[in-house]
Amino acid sequence: MPNGAPTKITQGSWTKGGIGESTLRPDGTLKVTGEFAYSSDMWHEDMLWGQILRSTVAHAEIVSIDTSEALATPGVYAVMTYDDLPTEVRTYGLEIQDTPVLAHGKVRHHGEPVAIVAADHPETARRAAAKIKVEYRELPVITDEASATAPDAILIHENRTDHHCGHVPHPNIVHRQPIVRGDVAEARRRADVIVEGEYHFGMQDQAFLGPESGLAVPAEDGGVDLYVATQWLHADLRQIAPVLGLPEDKVRMTLAGVGGAFGGREDLSMQIHACLLALRTGKPVKIVYNRFESFFGHVHRHPAKLYYEHGATKDGKLTHVKCRIVLDGGAYASSSPAVVGNASSLGVGPYVVDDVDIEAIALYTNNPPCGAMRGFGAVQACFAYEAQMDKTAEKLGMDPVEFRRLNAMSQGAVMPTGQVVDSPAPVAELLRRVKARPMPPERQWESSEGADVRQLPGGLSNTTHGEGVVRGVGYAVGIKNVGFSEGFDDYSTAKVRMEVVAGEAVATVHTAMAEVGQGGITVHAQIARTELGIGRVTIHPADTQVGSAGSTSASRQTYVTGGAVRHACELVREQVLEIGRRRFGSYHPAWATAELLLEGGKVVTDGGEVLADLVDVLGDEVVEIEREWRHRPTEPFDLRTGQGNGHVQYSFAAHRAVVEVDTELGLVKVVELACAQDVGKALNPLSVVGQIQGGTTQGLGIAVMEEIVVDPRTAKVRNPSFTDYLIPTILDTPTIPVDVLELADDHAPYGLRGIGEAPTLSSTPAVLAAIRNATGLELNRTPVRPEHLTGMA
Amino acid sequence: MDFLRPATWEEALAAKAEHPTAVPIAGGTDVMVEINFDHRRPEYLMDLNRIGELHEWETEDDSVRLGASVPYSKIMERLRTELPGLALASHTVASPQIRNRGGVGGNLGTASPAGDAHPALLAAGAEVEVASVRGTRLIPIDDFYTGVKRNALAPDELIRAVRVKKADGPQQYAKVGTRNAMVIAVCAFGLALHPETRTVRTGIGSAAPTPVRARAAEEFLNAALEEGGFWDNGRIITPSLARQFAELCAAACNPIDDVRGTATYRRHAVGVLARRTLTWTWESYRGSARTSKGAA
Repeated sequence: MPNGAPTKITQGSWTKGGIGESTLRPDGTLKVTGEFAYSSDMWHEDMLWGQILRSTVAHAEIVSIDTSEALATPGVYAVMTYDDLPTEVRTYGLEIQDTPVLAHGKVRHHGEPVAIVAADHPETARRAAAKIKVEYRELPVITDEASATAPDAILIHENRTDHHCGHVPHPNIVHRQPIVRGDVAEARRRADVIVEGEYHFGMQDQAFLGPESGLAVPAEDGGVDLYVATQWLHADLRQIAPVLGLPEDKVRMTLAGVGGAFGGREDLSMQIHACLLALRTGKPVKIVYNRFESFFGHVHRHPAKLYYEHGATKDGKLTHVKCRIVLDGGAYASSSPAVVGNASSLGVGPYVVDDVDIEAIALYTNNPPCGAMRGFGAVQACFAYEAQMDKTAEKLGMDPVEFRRLNAMSQGAVMPTGQVVDSPAPVAELLRRVKARPMPPERQWESSEGADVRQLPGGLSNTTHGEGVVRGVGYAVGIKNVGFSEGFDDYSTAKVRMEVVAGEAVATVHTAMAEVGQGGITVHAQIARTELGIGRVTIHPADTQVGSAGSTSASRQTYVTGGAVRHACELVREQVLEIGRRRFGSYHPAWATAELLLEGGKVVTDGGEVLADLVDVLGDEVVEIEREWRHRPTEPFDLRTGQGNGHVQYSFAAHRAVVEVDTELGLVKVVELACAQDVGKALNPLSVVGQIQGGTTQGLGIAVMEEIVVDPRTAKVRNPSFTDYLIPTILDTPTIPVDVLELADDHAPYGLRGIGEAPTLSSTPAVLAAIRNATGLELNRTPVRPEHLTGMA
Repeated sequence: MDFLRPATWEEALAAKAEHPTAVPIAGGTDVMVEINFDHRRPEYLMDLNRIGELHEWETEDDSVRLGASVPYSKIMERLRTELPGLALASHTVASPQIRNRGGVGGNLGTASPAGDAHPALLAAGAEVEVASVRGTRLIPIDDFYTGVKRNALAPDELIRAVRVKKADGPQQYAKVGTRNAMVIAVCAFGLALHPETRTVRTGIGSAAPTPVRARAAEEFLNAALEEGGFWDNGRIITPSLARQFAELCAAACNPIDDVRGTATYRRHAVGVLARRTLTWTWESYRGSARTSKGAA
């Protein structure tokens, strides 16, 4: 095992730490003090360093690749191109296997992997890669809907055979999902006001702090052990093994320390490259991207153009919504089809509208590939429909919160897909709560010593002492699905073991769940304590020696893998009680007649009578159970009408943003972003608040600063660094008061609701609404930059 | 790459004479970024950190001799009174960690138009003390910036210090970035009132190929203040006067469109900063003038 590989973590005291308690993360202190071993910290004796050569142009035919000089570099062990791949499987992909392991004949986006190098020093590998000569014949770039669907457009992917290619209107469209319900033409006639809008959503990066990295160690049996920071071990495995020509049991994967993910690790990055080089050289190979490479090494959030029409009667009821959402998927499919499904099915927002006409598409272009990111299609739609709700309210002369309340969905509402929302949907209540909060004081920057610039737009840059500063307030609410949708078999697996160790009954929980910061590591231990009535729980490192846990995405892990852990614990408990009945049943009638519980390390009756100590019940026996667990099945959306029970569960959050805008310079200070969210049941309240605050901040980022800028003439990324891709600092992050509702969803374990994404949705439109309120500007794009606020774009 | 580690200033000058291509490094906050990104591969790197005097400053009767390696955090904490414009500029530099390492010598050596110290040095009328085995010379800051990331240093010269007159009047500094901390300037503006000479000086950052002064704006304002007797009567600067000054400052820019901002916005923002910093400094001057009168 390499240095820095994960080890078992035992948590917990004797009786505390069940669900509902704010137990602390076992890795929290290590991370804060810099001692946590991230995937980039791993080290193995005799290891080599891998380096990827990436395309310098976005769209080109590869005329030739000359690796001779790189191969001749002292310290270089291997150089591989497409021609060196060991099997006929040379592409991969989450849903559509359209992504080349190494470019073949053509590159389709800036930064596409063309060749890989292994050397005994990272700098040697880097310099050798730079010596590889690639001759490109450049092709025109496709960068938007018009260029992608032009009659003579070059096809990004020729000869498509994927299961979407039959129903798309153009081969440069990955997937199209219409959703039609009711009669929009008829409803339109009832509308007293009609509001149209066109919106643009910029390309956001996940900007996780730990760049892509991992270590592949060749094994004696011809297989490989791969330690990597990822979001879904088994999905990686399914894509890696065929390219290597190995059966899946010879590619043994272990999750290494993950420094954030937010969707950006759902697709493969360096996994196959490291394995290829390790198998080729017979030596362990480590690959670590730097920040520059990381901007090219993972998919981003889809930029989008969104066209909306809302109609309403003068008493404030929505008559209809028409919309068209064009997502730019970039050069490869990644999870674009599922993002289309979300954007379309959630495209109206948490409102009751009987007559809808929705269309969402994702394009193939030569822009950077886009895929999963926190909020997944629902984020782009929420930005647009919430702007529309404000615009419509204004046209009606109504208060924007009151207008939302009049149209808010509640339990029993019917989605545009025809699906009935069959658990609490407290949309109006969430809005009421954020609105009822006291306002932060006016002119909060004033102190006895003058203006505190840290509280003003511009912050430490000292651009205003109050001049030009105007306050604005804005509201937004959003709806996000939880779990994988559209008929996907979205299961998880947990293995739970119970035994006596050193005179104490302990449990071990083993899943393949990727802990990326979401807190599953804490929650699994809490569930085991609650279900098994013991204190000490060990969390086994996540690996592929246990069944799939599914992805750490879609706000699903506490629901699905948490559900699997609970289910396995219940089965273990039954077996433990069975052992107890066998051993001690004859001593007390309650073993046969009473409902038995495990509490405080003992078997007790529901009346509280202690029957036996678990240590005595178990003795030398080990109880171990591995089981898959599934939530309710979902259905695909009809390809023509979009009808279908496509989603597992819905999650709702609302925000109120209070901003100060320097209207002369176009600089923004978000003063407060209050959030209210229904979480069903807070398994770990501290983690819940942390997730909501983090999601809120990520939403603020896309509102006022975060954007990958792609040159429309070349399709090249212009700002692949933290110097020019800005994420919020603590001075940009406002106070985030959080109001947590717990309205149980009876279909979910403990009534819980997935929480990680919903706050990312409504945060952005709330901030935009507040800036519009302060400036009176229309602001149809996000992020909003100083030049947009000053008319200098 | 050879790593030179002179123990004394004289050794450093001798090494620089022998290896004119040697790149001096102190805090490393610019140079290391360039090396890590492989934007430059200097033949020689000269570490100046063993030379203690570069980290020191001397306060003389009417000026400060600020060692090239004195970190920004020290300027903020210890030289607020003497060098208020530069102290404000130092506040806007990157993060606390970088402010603990980086100093004015590096900003001058790199001579990027986006260097945060330049507008403050221009407004204060600093002189750059450079030295070689041939001797020491003082380069007026107005003559120091010669092109995009180019300065007036000869190949064998090193930056020893900057000499800045102690503030004889209020100074201000403001910078526009698209984040409220830790951000590279979209544009920046420094302004200093010099009541002793009855002049106003300015400095503009990130809005031209080099840091520049708004000379026409200064001349206009100096004349207007003189004509109206402002320095003596402490009158309020009228909005129209401030606006004309701001327009001339904006006109002094020669900015580009880039990923950080548009040229139009930069010109506009420099105008706004010019108007605001003039108002702040002049109000402060009027306030102090009134206070001293009251005391007398």
